Amino acid sequence: MNWLLVIGGAMVGAPLRYLTDRAVQSRHGSGFPWGTFTVNVTGCLVLGLLTGAASHLQLLLGTGLCGALTTYSTFSYETLRLAETGARLQAVVNVAASVAAGLGAAFAGAALARM
Amino acid sequence: MTAPESLRVQASPPRPPSWRVQAPVVTVVAVGGGAGAAARYTASLWWPAPADGFPWTTLWVNVAGCAVIGVFMVVITEIRAVHPLFRPFFGTGVLGGFTTFSTYAVDIQKMIDRGHVGTGLAYLAATPLAALTAVWLAAWATRRVLGTTDTKGKKSS
Repeated sequence: MNWLLVIGGAMVGAPLRYLTDRAVQSRHGSGFPWGTFTVNVTGCLVLGLLTGAASHLQLLLGTGLCGALTTYSTFSYETLRLAETGARLQAVVNVAASVAAGLGAAFAGAALARM
Repeated sequence: MTAPESLRVQASPPRPPSWRVQAPVVTVVAVGGGAGAAARYTASLWWPAPADGFPWTTLWVNVAGCAVIGVFMVVITEIRAVHPLFRPFFGTGVLGGFTTFSTYAVDIQKMIDRGHVGTGLAYLAATPLAALTAVWLAAWATRRVLGTTDTKGKKSS
């Protein structure tokens, strides 16, 4: 049952990340990876909101959906590509902004969950 | 600031593809994402994080996923072409589902909330450092082993 919850959540979260990334990246002309930034920060907010939720919800929406909605591999690869293509400042900004906004969203979600 | 050419091209396709084109991609991303998340969940069951301890399992999951994407993207963008559905399946689906940013951030938030500020800040810095080192080393080593110096890749999704 736990496996089905994790896999079921992830099978929604991963395509949601793909579709969000496409939608976001097609709406601006810069090379900055706003799509990955958007899904990562959103996932941090939702996982923060799940603080104190029942364990089956944690598995479905936390481990499954938020885990698959967010990504570290694409985040780091896109950062590497920015650095390799000469956009070093954007690479540094991507890491700093993603970590700061993700952590801020996690705190905001957890604070909202306690209200 | 210069936008990387490869990212810009990928970022603005001439026209959005039809649902007919997107459906198989979305499907393989979903299947790959389910498999990647199941692997991450397996790792968390095999090596459970100790209460109030350092989340080593999530750290290593993320670092491993970054190393693999470094090899994968160099191989498929610089060495040989693969089936058009393989990149969304493995890169976007499996590796994207395996690695996680949300657990990373919320674990730090929990550590800080419980008063483990030092551990939280150490984890905050260690993950991106280790992840970026892993993807860079993996891409560098793959290019070196397979004999390419071409850095023209494409954006992973």
